[in-house]
Amino acid sequence: MANFFEKLKTSLAKTRDNITGKMNEVLGLALTIDEDLFEELEEVLISSDIGYETSMKIIEKLRMKIRLEKISEVSLVKGALKEVIAEFMAEGGHDFRVERPTVILVMGVNGVGKTTSIGKLAYKYKAEGKKVILAAADTFRAAAIDQLEIWAKRADVDIVRHQEGSDPAAVVFDALEALRGRKADVLLCDTAGRLHNKKNLMNELEKIRRIIDREYPEATIYSLLVLDGTSGQNAVIQAQEFQKVAQLDGIILTKLDGTAKGGVVLSIKEMLKIPVVYIGVGEGIDDLEDFDAKAFAEALI
Amino acid sequence: MAFDSLAERLQEAFKKLRGKGKLNESDIKEAMREVRLALLEADVNFKVVKTFVKNVSEKAMGSEVLESLTPGQQVVKIVNEELTALMGGSEAKLNFDSSITAFMLVGLQGAGKTTMAGKLALYLRKRNRKPLLVAADIYRPAAIKQLQIVGKQIDIPVFAMGDNVSPVDIAKASMEYARKEGCDVVIIDTAGRLHIDEALMEELKNIKSSVRPMETLLVVDSMTGQDAVNVAESFNNTLDITGVILTKLDGDTRGGAALSIREVTGKPIKFSGIGEKMNDLEVFHPERMASRILGMGDVLSLIEKA
Ligand SMILES: Nc1nc2c(ncn2[C@@H]2O[C@H](COP(=O)(O)OP(=O)(O)OP(=O)(O)O)[C@@H](O)[C@H]2O)c(=O)[nH]1
Ligand SMILES: Nc1nc2c(ncn2[C@@H]2O[C@H](COP(=O)(O)OP(=O)(O)OP(=O)(O)O)[C@@H](O)[C@H]2O)c(=O)[nH]1
Ligand SMILES: [Mg+2]
Ligand SMILES: [Mg+2]
Repeated sequence: MANFFEKLKTSLAKTRDNITGKMNEVLGLALTIDEDLFEELEEVLISSDIGYETSMKIIEKLRMKIRLEKISEVSLVKGALKEVIAEFMAEGGHDFRVERPTVILVMGVNGVGKTTSIGKLAYKYKAEGKKVILAAADTFRAAAIDQLEIWAKRADVDIVRHQEGSDPAAVVFDALEALRGRKADVLLCDTAGRLHNKKNLMNELEKIRRIIDREYPEATIYSLLVLDGTSGQNAVIQAQEFQKVAQLDGIILTKLDGTAKGGVVLSIKEMLKIPVVYIGVGEGIDDLEDFDAKAFAEALI
Repeated sequence: MAFDSLAERLQEAFKKLRGKGKLNESDIKEAMREVRLALLEADVNFKVVKTFVKNVSEKAMGSEVLESLTPGQQVVKIVNEELTALMGGSEAKLNFDSSITAFMLVGLQGAGKTTMAGKLALYLRKRNRKPLLVAADIYRPAAIKQLQIVGKQIDIPVFAMGDNVSPVDIAKASMEYARKEGCDVVIIDTAGRLHIDEALMEELKNIKSSVRPMETLLVVDSMTGQDAVNVAESFNNTLDITGVILTKLDGDTRGGAALSIREVTGKPIKFSGIGEKMNDLEVFHPERMASRILGMGDVLSLIEKA
């Protein structure tokens, strides 16, 4: 994630810092480690979309750390809080490994960055020397297939596509054939954006996942949920509902190049134990990075 | 789930308090803790929550508890009235020019601008206008194609010049084209962008000054969290927006961003997007949004009867 921070230093950094320089302000003004300080820290966490309950838990962990390590200087509190958050996010890690053959089913609500993230992942895996195939299983949204096709060209990888309006499960079925037939390493399946409270659309997704499980049981199969970094507490419910139909293995957290912090993944980690695997930091093909808990904590506060 | 409704929580907090009379300080303090929590969980910005809670506390202090209500319900009533007042006031009226009217849709990536452009065009045609859709997103892959497909679905003309012409020039040329074709409303779909991207924000400013739109509408995803205030403030400062459109309200988000945006910009929320289809557009309802943020369902109608 060093790359991301280098980028922050350049173009967008100034405005971004002006908008998000809360933490330093809080700690700069505080003289002692007292209840007021904890309360303000709690606000900093809430303003990063961490959510009230999880924020309280993080603050509890911070109190404990301060007590255990006998921290008495205000200037050390920020570092301690970062450590608490980094440890919290790194806990359990993830065993996300892309080896032949791997199928990655990408899902999420509308407009979060699924198609773009797939373009970036295709480019990344291809650069690692893997043979990549994309499945255009969003047959619903206007020009979704064309959009994925442009990404396939940019990343220079194959794409399996049908007509707009066709059955997405059939696209995935064909793409699985292609994965096998062309001896490719990884298949990335784009799906239509769907709100988690739409029963029929969630059933459709469940069916797609079932087809992959049934047709290619030897493959390593991952379901990745894409979450918009600007989203608030609703993302917790999103994760919960997508988890139910497709067994989530990880999260791609996008749009972290803005001023939002994506703190809601802490609540998701706490409640559902789903790890973040990648982050999206822009609209370019290489604006995707491995999730790094330490760097994330650094950027969060 | 942690998201019990505020009404339920307040009932809980006031369980012991059955007496009637005036609300006293400790009643209100207890209740406000719950109100604060409910608003935070609904993603209302924490600073906005602070001001709101302070104002409501003052209002509630010493107010009579109605015969038919418990103190908890009374507080909900006050909170709901305040919230509705804050978000309401102005209705979703669009402003038109005497000649060709331009509308401009702006916002972050993926908020729902292109879809909303189509929905608005359909809405206006039903009101006997002749809209033209303008493809001024030259950046996102297949953005122009997307708008063209949307236009075709609803049989509305789409003006496009490819992705090698600057959005400012496209917007200018579209006004000329509209005149020739006898269209009277031009709806400009712009590329999604970050509010901190100075170059792209400048581009919007230039589009705005060259076509002088009657409406500059900020399209916001209703699932947005605490950052909504930064986004809305930046877009408003740069563009002096005329209104807000809240999308994806067909989900189950509480949509507290609505309150935050209203509070920091003072600009009205004019429409809501409630689905992916072209008919899924509604005029914004402040009262409904208020009870949605509070998560109050039935209790509210019970209170309204009181
Ligand atoms: N700034 C920024 N923009 C992003 C990022 N990822 C995606 N986007 C933009 O977000 C918008 C939506 O991205 P898509 O990839 O089309 O999202 P999607 O989830 O496939 O959308 P649907 O298929 O319509 O549900 C596009 O304008 C992307 O360029 C990111 O990490 N940062
Ligand atoms: N459920 C639901 N989906 C919506 C709504 N409005 C838009 N969408 C979906 O959200 C996604 C993004 O919509 P777009 O119209 O492409 O958003 P945009 O702001 O133009 O995106 P960029 O041009 O990439 O910045 C698409 O999948 C739309 O179908 C809505 O009100 N409800
Ligand atoms: Mg997509
Ligand atoms: Mg668009």
